[in-house]
Amino acid sequence: MLKIKEYVRAESLSQAYELNQKRSSRILGGMLWMKMSNARIGTAIDLSGLGLDQIEETESEIRIGCMVTLRQLETSETLERVSCGIVRESVKNIVGVQFRNLATIGGSLFGRFGFSDVLTCFLALDTYVELYKAGVMSLEEFAGRPRGDRDILVRVIVKKTPGRQVYLSHRNTRTDFPVLAIAVSSGSRGVRVIAGARPGRAVCAAIPDEWKERLDGSACTPEEMEKLAGELAGKIPMGSNMRASAQYRSHLACVLIKRGLLRLQKMQEEEG
Amino acid sequence: MTKIQISLTLNGKKVTEEIAPDLLLIDFLRNHRCYSVKRGCETANCGLCTVFLDEKPVLSCSVLAARAHGHTVDTLEGLQEEARELGEFIADQGAEQCGFCNPGMIMNAIALFRENPQPSDEEIKEYLAGNLCRCSGYEGQLRAFRAYLEYKERGGAVCAQ
Ligand SMILES: Cc1cc2nc3c(=O)[nH]c(=O)nc-3n(C[C@H](O)[C@H](O)[C@H](O)COP(=O)(O)OP(=O)(O)OC[C@H]3O[C@@H](n4cnc5c(N)ncnc54)[C@H](O)[C@@H]3O)c2cc1C
Ligand code: FES
Ligand code: FES
Repeated sequence: MLKIKEYVRAESLSQAYELNQKRSSRILGGMLWMKMSNARIGTAIDLSGLGLDQIEETESEIRIGCMVTLRQLETSETLERVSCGIVRESVKNIVGVQFRNLATIGGSLFGRFGFSDVLTCFLALDTYVELYKAGVMSLEEFAGRPRGDRDILVRVIVKKTPGRQVYLSHRNTRTDFPVLAIAVSSGSRGVRVIAGARPGRAVCAAIPDEWKERLDGSACTPEEMEKLAGELAGKIPMGSNMRASAQYRSHLACVLIKRGLLRLQKMQEEEG
Repeated sequence: MTKIQISLTLNGKKVTEEIAPDLLLIDFLRNHRCYSVKRGCETANCGLCTVFLDEKPVLSCSVLAARAHGHTVDTLEGLQEEARELGEFIADQGAEQCGFCNPGMIMNAIALFRENPQPSDEEIKEYLAGNLCRCSGYEGQLRAFRAYLEYKERGGAVCAQ
């Protein structure tokens, strides 16, 4: 059982950061993941009084406070519009509404969990994280860093970079962790394929140069898409766990990437 | 361990108490005789411990009581009339067997109907996906919710068949 010696409702980010420098301290997000452990926490630092539970839209970006819940993400019309619906799609199967009313985007991304739908989805968008000490960096860079830093994830920033996105996951049962999550996006940053729940941390699979132009020009046939999907799936490192074997995940990746690419192409055609 | 003082509104009544910092909301509520709030999995999976925190359904097994400071908490005990009415439709459809899942299921269904008074079957299934029932196949509950919603649509009158 989780044990907490002291609970502090932070009055400022600087106070929270100072308190968090002690190894026994922890920042509280929704606490759902933390509660699964038997950790003995010296000081539990609650950020819920700092107004970081808002989704704000500016002309060029969407700014999401770290205490915004997964349910807020799911029901945000702004994110629905800007993400082509993938934010909602990626979180809707995470346990249940009562769970999503507690779990936060801050805890979900700071944890950089291998199984994470949230990390996979936001990597497909043009996303940055604002850390209290380290400043702003791309989510891709942050996701590649080892855990264990004692910084605070303050905000998630999604740039309104024009593009299309598709999110697909496969689960053994509806509310279980994903066996595999695939997000595919196209736009000014080219075509990107993100694979999460491999079961390792989500990664972006590099599209071979010879495919780039053909994908952008929507000139690919379904057979060619399948070939590309197979090539990409073969390059993504997969692992085995109790949910699925690496071999099964590679097979699934090929199917989901192909579906994602075909759906992107259809979206592009519909836009004319 | 440093105790902290919290004040909240529980089922319409103001409560102030000194608590341990790691006291979970479920334990706080059961200490206040809200026995409808039950422990099922304790791993945030079953939905049995559902209560409303500022009118939103949450898992009381996974929130610190400290987080409820300055907020409103409602349990089934505080929603007696609404809960009894819905419970009757569940019983009418023979939807419960052991009945253990019922308090959490009713709380979350009430949350859904307040948020979306005319949900489709898919919306009901999606919203209640976090409420596990080990005995039934959920079809009885779905029938009960449909019947309840029709009853509400008719202004609360039970149809003479
Ligand atoms: C039973 C269960 C099932 C789940 N299923 C899924 C699933 O299917 N798909 C999926 O994507 N996810 C799933 N998750 C993960 C979940 O969605 C959240 O990502 C997870 O609970 C972390 O979010 P939290 O707000 O609870 O963070 P917490 O548990 O509070 O925190 C997690 C870690 O991040 C730190 N932290 C929190 N916020 C910050 C911050 N702002 N700055 C710095 N550090 C911070 C904490 O100190 C802690 O170390 C599941 C979790 C559980 C418990
Ligand atoms: S006891 Fe809280 S979700 Fe199961
Ligand atoms: S009726 Fe027994 S768990 Fe649902």
